[in-house]
Amino acid sequence: MAKPAVLTHPESLKHPAGPSAYAKDPVNASMTKEAKIALYTKMARIRHFEQRCIRIYQQGKIGGFLHLYVGQEAVAAGTISLLGKNDHIITGYRDHGHGLMVGMGMNECMAELTGKVTGCSQGKGGSMHYFAPDKNYWGGHGIVGGQAPLGTGLAYAVKYQGLKGSCLTYMGDGAVNQGAVHEAYNLASLWDLPVIFVVENNGYSMGTSQERSTAHPGCLAKRAEGYNMAWDVINGHDVYEVRAKTALALKRAHEESKPTVLEIFTYRYFGHSMADPDKTYREKEEIKTYRDKKDPVLLFEQELLREKVLTPELSQTINEAAMAEADKAAIFADESPDPTLADITKHIYWEEDNRGPKTTSRGTIIFE
Amino acid sequence: MAVISYREALRAAMRDELNRDENVVIMGEEVAQFNGAYKVTEGLLKEFGPKRIVDTPISEAGFIGLGIGASMLGIRPVMELMFWSFSYVAFDQIVNNAGNIRYMSGGLINCPIVIRGPANGGTNVGATHSHTPEAILASHPGIKVVCPATPYDAKGLLKAAIRDNDPVYVMENTILYNDKGEVPDEDYIVPIGVADVKRIGTDLTIVAHGRAVITSLKAAEILEKDHGVSVEVVDLRSIRPLDEETILKSVRKTHRALLVEENKPFCGVDAQVAYLIQSKAFDELDAPVHRVSSIDAPQIYCKRMEDLQMPSVERVVAEALKVLA
Ligand SMILES: Cc1ncc(C[n+]2csc(CCOP(=O)(O)OP(=O)(O)O)c2C)c(N)n1
Ligand SMILES: [Mg+2]
Repeated sequence: MAKPAVLTHPESLKHPAGPSAYAKDPVNASMTKEAKIALYTKMARIRHFEQRCIRIYQQGKIGGFLHLYVGQEAVAAGTISLLGKNDHIITGYRDHGHGLMVGMGMNECMAELTGKVTGCSQGKGGSMHYFAPDKNYWGGHGIVGGQAPLGTGLAYAVKYQGLKGSCLTYMGDGAVNQGAVHEAYNLASLWDLPVIFVVENNGYSMGTSQERSTAHPGCLAKRAEGYNMAWDVINGHDVYEVRAKTALALKRAHEESKPTVLEIFTYRYFGHSMADPDKTYREKEEIKTYRDKKDPVLLFEQELLREKVLTPELSQTINEAAMAEADKAAIFADESPDPTLADITKHIYWEEDNRGPKTTSRGTIIFE
Repeated sequence: MAVISYREALRAAMRDELNRDENVVIMGEEVAQFNGAYKVTEGLLKEFGPKRIVDTPISEAGFIGLGIGASMLGIRPVMELMFWSFSYVAFDQIVNNAGNIRYMSGGLINCPIVIRGPANGGTNVGATHSHTPEAILASHPGIKVVCPATPYDAKGLLKAAIRDNDPVYVMENTILYNDKGEVPDEDYIVPIGVADVKRIGTDLTIVAHGRAVITSLKAAEILEKDHGVSVEVVDLRSIRPLDEETILKSVRKTHRALLVEENKPFCGVDAQVAYLIQSKAFDELDAPVHRVSSIDAPQIYCKRMEDLQMPSVERVVAEALKVLA
């Protein structure tokens, strides 16, 4: 079990940027050139998708909350890039990056943000509630920490069915103080469930820094010890490190059916949501330092340039393609229709949506 | 047809469904080794083993949330709450997660979970343990709620609930657990959303659910014997979906309605039923609709007063006479 390499956020800044110490780790060294380029491409796509979202939000086309993932891309990218057929994921409301990583299209993601019927949830979920169960993605959850028991249950189901799989259950650093998270920790360890709790520690829960919210023994992951669970801390600016350490947790899940808590240090560049003017709780200088020195997309690009996997031209092509894809998605969302009034009362009950000769239930279920 | 208790009927339903579908799992506090806090699950661990019958820690938000997550992948958990009163610490899971995921995913996901356990007052255990949350929960689209009053309905509704692909919350009653009744051995279900006319009559319709049905049936006997009034008793059985037609049909026949429930009056189930009757059968009514519910206060501990707080046979008879006056 690793000792906390990083004590409190934002001390992860002390990690020198530069060549990744994890490039030679087997999970990374074994990647083909194409796989590395694909991973970089996915990170770039998340970045450009979200930056496009900002403009659409500012045009007033996205309602409600919009929580951006910009700065945190290596967390979703690194962890999800390792998953196989029976590995599932579930997260909170900062869920776009995970969605694109599992293979959701920019069109359905963008259209969901603008509440269109072509969205992944047909305009019924919005930014915080992306779902793609066909890609093992179980949301997209708006209540802080509420997804932790669900992720534990998905892992329970995998184990019950005798499959070698897992459920990566993501949450923020603020979520670790929710009772539901602790209940999930206890059940996961008590029942040896193949769940990996991924705490994306970006240093803040809304405008509250970790120091002001959380009593902890040096790092948040260490709370796992209270539940007799393995844990580790990860520099989330280095996608190679994320992969290397997550791979160990996945192995533990697959081979021993045991849970792990991973705390991944990361940083968000924009406010908590687009509604946050971001003026009260951190210095602009801090954001700039992260952007300049710790940017996960840039660091991985540099890594791949050094490895001669990427060339500046190829990188430019990838980024331009991602931007063009996001532009197209914006047009798709614009041109898509709204759900209809009749759609409001669909998708409430499976039995109503699938009425047939076998349906037994009757009576009024949607009231006037 | 065997005569068995309400408790045995629930157990028989679970046993049938455990045998029928290997994805059915029973989970809850003390359900396995201890044989159930109310012995509803007695013997199931021995019969089905620890993979199917699972003891949980005292962690309602945790284990119910886990059950909901597992149900999304096709497990069919039947979760026991020692009391529905304890659902309040798991409210986010029960309402936000189980109730909303299908909708928020645009129909991509469903949660075939059953949560069952007693939801009743009248047991002298004070306010924290006497909640009847059927109205609170049924007010959320996405959730189904049933309240069986007899052993026959308990077995049939629980089996239907376990086979249903939506979250179904089954609210039982500890006072009814020992009640006996005829229950078929062979496979049957009571369809969710179908009310049952438990007594046929012509002068007054009483609409009730849960133990209030039993109270109302006793009151109906007295009304017949002592006052010569013929009372029809409609047992809702299911709160959501609600069998509006059976209620309306009865009211159109008797032209008078009394609504009885053990909830507190404000926003109770019968507030909805009263609205239904006035909106769809206003012209049929010969008298205003009356209600009998629990006295509007947290559940009192003192047993003598609690018996007065809840709908009694006497109160139902007295109120019925007012409707008939
Ligand atoms: C139960 C609950 N309480 C409060 C909120 C409002 N809220 C949404 S996100 C958030 C901050 C959470 O921070 P963290 O867990 O660190 O995740 P991050 O936003 O940094 O990704 C708060 C207070 C909520 N959605 N749910
Ligand atoms: Mg945070």
